Amino acid sequence: MAKAKKTSVDRRDFLKSATVGAAALAATPVAAANAVAGPKPAPAPRNAAAPLPPVSRRVEGEAAAAAANPDPNNEPITVDHPGSDFMVDAFKAVGFEYLCSNPGNSFRSLHESFINYGGNKNPEFITCCHEESAVGMAHGYFKIEGKPLLVCVHGTVGVQHASMAIYDAYCDRVPLVVVLGNFGDAQTRASFVNWTHSAQDPAALIRDFVKWDDQPATLQDFGESVMRAYRVAMTPPYMPVALVCNTDLQEFPMPDDPSLRIPAVTVDQPPQADSGSVEQAARWLVAAENPVIVADRAARTAAGLALMIELAEALQAAVVDRNGRMNFPTRHPLNQTERGGAVIGDADVILGLELTDFYGIVNAYYGDVYPRTRQLTKPGAKLISINSNDLYLKSNYQDFERYQAVDLAMAADAEATLPSLIEAVKKLTTADRKRAFQDRGTTLAAAHQRTLAENRGLAANGWDASPISTARLSAEIWNQIRNEDWSLVSNCQFVSRWPLRLWNFEKYYHYIGGEGGYGVGYGAPAAVGAALANRRHGRLTVSIQNDGDLMFAPGVLWTAAHSHIPLLIVMHNNRAYHQEVMEVQRMADVHERGITRAGIGTTLVEPAIDYGKLAQSMGMHGSAPVSDPQDLAPALREAIAVVKSGEPALVNVLTQPR
Amino acid sequence: MSNPTNAAATGSLERSAFQNPLQAHIVAMAAIIASIAVIAGALALLIFVRPSAAAQATASGKPDQAASAERGKKLFVSYGCYECHGRAAQGGVGPRLGPDPLPLAFVEKYVRHPTASMPPYTTKTVSDQELADIYAYLKSLPQPPKENSIPLLSQ
Repeated sequence: MAKAKKTSVDRRDFLKSATVGAAALAATPVAAANAVAGPKPAPAPRNAAAPLPPVSRRVEGEAAAAAANPDPNNEPITVDHPGSDFMVDAFKAVGFEYLCSNPGNSFRSLHESFINYGGNKNPEFITCCHEESAVGMAHGYFKIEGKPLLVCVHGTVGVQHASMAIYDAYCDRVPLVVVLGNFGDAQTRASFVNWTHSAQDPAALIRDFVKWDDQPATLQDFGESVMRAYRVAMTPPYMPVALVCNTDLQEFPMPDDPSLRIPAVTVDQPPQADSGSVEQAARWLVAAENPVIVADRAARTAAGLALMIELAEALQAAVVDRNGRMNFPTRHPLNQTERGGAVIGDADVILGLELTDFYGIVNAYYGDVYPRTRQLTKPGAKLISINSNDLYLKSNYQDFERYQAVDLAMAADAEATLPSLIEAVKKLTTADRKRAFQDRGTTLAAAHQRTLAENRGLAANGWDASPISTARLSAEIWNQIRNEDWSLVSNCQFVSRWPLRLWNFEKYYHYIGGEGGYGVGYGAPAAVGAALANRRHGRLTVSIQNDGDLMFAPGVLWTAAHSHIPLLIVMHNNRAYHQEVMEVQRMADVHERGITRAGIGTTLVEPAIDYGKLAQSMGMHGSAPVSDPQDLAPALREAIAVVKSGEPALVNVLTQPR
Repeated sequence: MSNPTNAAATGSLERSAFQNPLQAHIVAMAAIIASIAVIAGALALLIFVRPSAAAQATASGKPDQAASAERGKKLFVSYGCYECHGRAAQGGVGPRLGPDPLPLAFVEKYVRHPTASMPPYTTKTVSDQELADIYAYLKSLPQPPKENSIPLLSQ
């Protein structure tokens, strides 16, 4: 992150502009945004009376001499209406609520315009301690609120920090707008840092995992690019986009250009599947004896969750939730997620909705070093896919997973297609089929109840163990929050999915899925971002936080405390990068040597990390380590009281590995 | 770090997207039945041999002393069994192993020649004696409380 303060301002265009000055927009940003601004009288800079000669670049050693012998041609330059004010108007026109950022001088003018010209409101600047945290917060925020946030990063080192988090958002199909500051014009670089923190093509680093990027050359281009960026990001499949914002465009005055305008923002309707394909899918589903609906990121909104329920109930079909989003209530009798392998094996028609890995749904991998696969489905089972991912594919990163042939593929948004599919299913359902559906529903409901009982039985194993089992941890948290309006914003994968196996998830915001790209470091900032979104709704936000994940960028705890973001963080402190412990163990076993040494390089012990004290050092509540399950409930209650007062709190729980 | 799909069940018997420990356990039982069908005679004898007796077998490469649950408990941790199965063998990424473990014959067979995602523990890394000790530890685990006796598991 550069903090260089010396910046050259000599440029012919700047001088031309500074002489005249410009403000293309109305004084009130919102009005400007709504009105699609036309020409306005240009306020003259305070030093506009005399044309300014070029100002030489200086180095620090020359400063004293310059002060002693002032150069009459080197008068201070002030700018009343920098281009960055126009940029703020463009961002306000889109309606960003927050700007998550770690400051950097390649966007210092834009930063200043946000907080002063824009009044630090819509967007409000959220101070982050790492660019990865800023992007991670935007990631989590979107999955609760359904609105992208703005993120500003330094164009070189900042975007390098941000890149993993951008990749996670890309893989998770989450939109956000990343602004990359840059000293694009070499004549504006005032120090060696400005050069090391400049690039010809700053977005190149992330181009493989953003949907679109641009480097506008003029303010008019910039305004249009902001609108295009938002539109592209918010058209399924959602993805991050990037805008390079050069310092000259930010810091020099707005040109005296009466045609300078901010266009209105446009959002595309999500693409629906064609009616013929939808009807074909409905025919197969209605005729099937054992149809299964598998959903991953199908429900984009609360309405999407309701549509999922309506389709499943219309068919009385088994539903398997891959939990990329909250697709289906965990206690719904048709929810067969916990016996997914069994229902997939019995299925004659499988409807895959926004699946990240259809191949992995219908096949199982086994073996190490040279993994093999086994087909799970029975011969003749028909596969149907509705997936917006098929509309946009990139080459380099392999998140598209292994190729799976299907019988009917619809490159379309699943949620947008569900209404027509439901209608077609209902239209094709005869009285006979309805009776068969009801019988199937009764069978599935019984299986659901059996599975729930089995899971409760399994949870009792190791109930009193210390370190605390993840089942006990999950049951204790559930006991404290189940009567609240709660929202779990962490990936359940790392606690053996116990919350999903035991809790009653039924609302859209009860679960938001995971990282997308499985990049560690997502968990903590995404939870804080999701909690920021939940704050206005008064929800009790809960995160079961992995220790290794938090240690990537723990400064986000400070952001939560500083911005008064209420969030209950329950540490899953298993003292290891546990996935990697298992992976190294696996290799030691395969290599037949050193099977007691898998902890080297994979564990976080000696010294033990005191996460409670870490939280306290960031200005938030942090508990003493909890290793006895009997002590967990009181520690949770104390922390929840803090969260209900509007602040974050952390409970440090020593846990079993998974 | 690692692939999410694999992570969904890494260490369980098979890396299907769906398997949870219970399902893996069921798959394991299915594997027993399949094994029995293939090598019915010999395996059938082994399956019903009491673990302690098996542990005391003195054939070459076989345990030469009584299985020790105490030693087994230490090995369960140092050899990394707990990583997938939990320190109380309650299950995690891998299936629950105890109390009431699957028959020793199956455990021996599966540990040496796993057919799914569990890595192989050959006699080069885990001796028959050590495996018998670990098995004794699994046998010694106390029964968990009944779930209906735990109020937190009925909500």
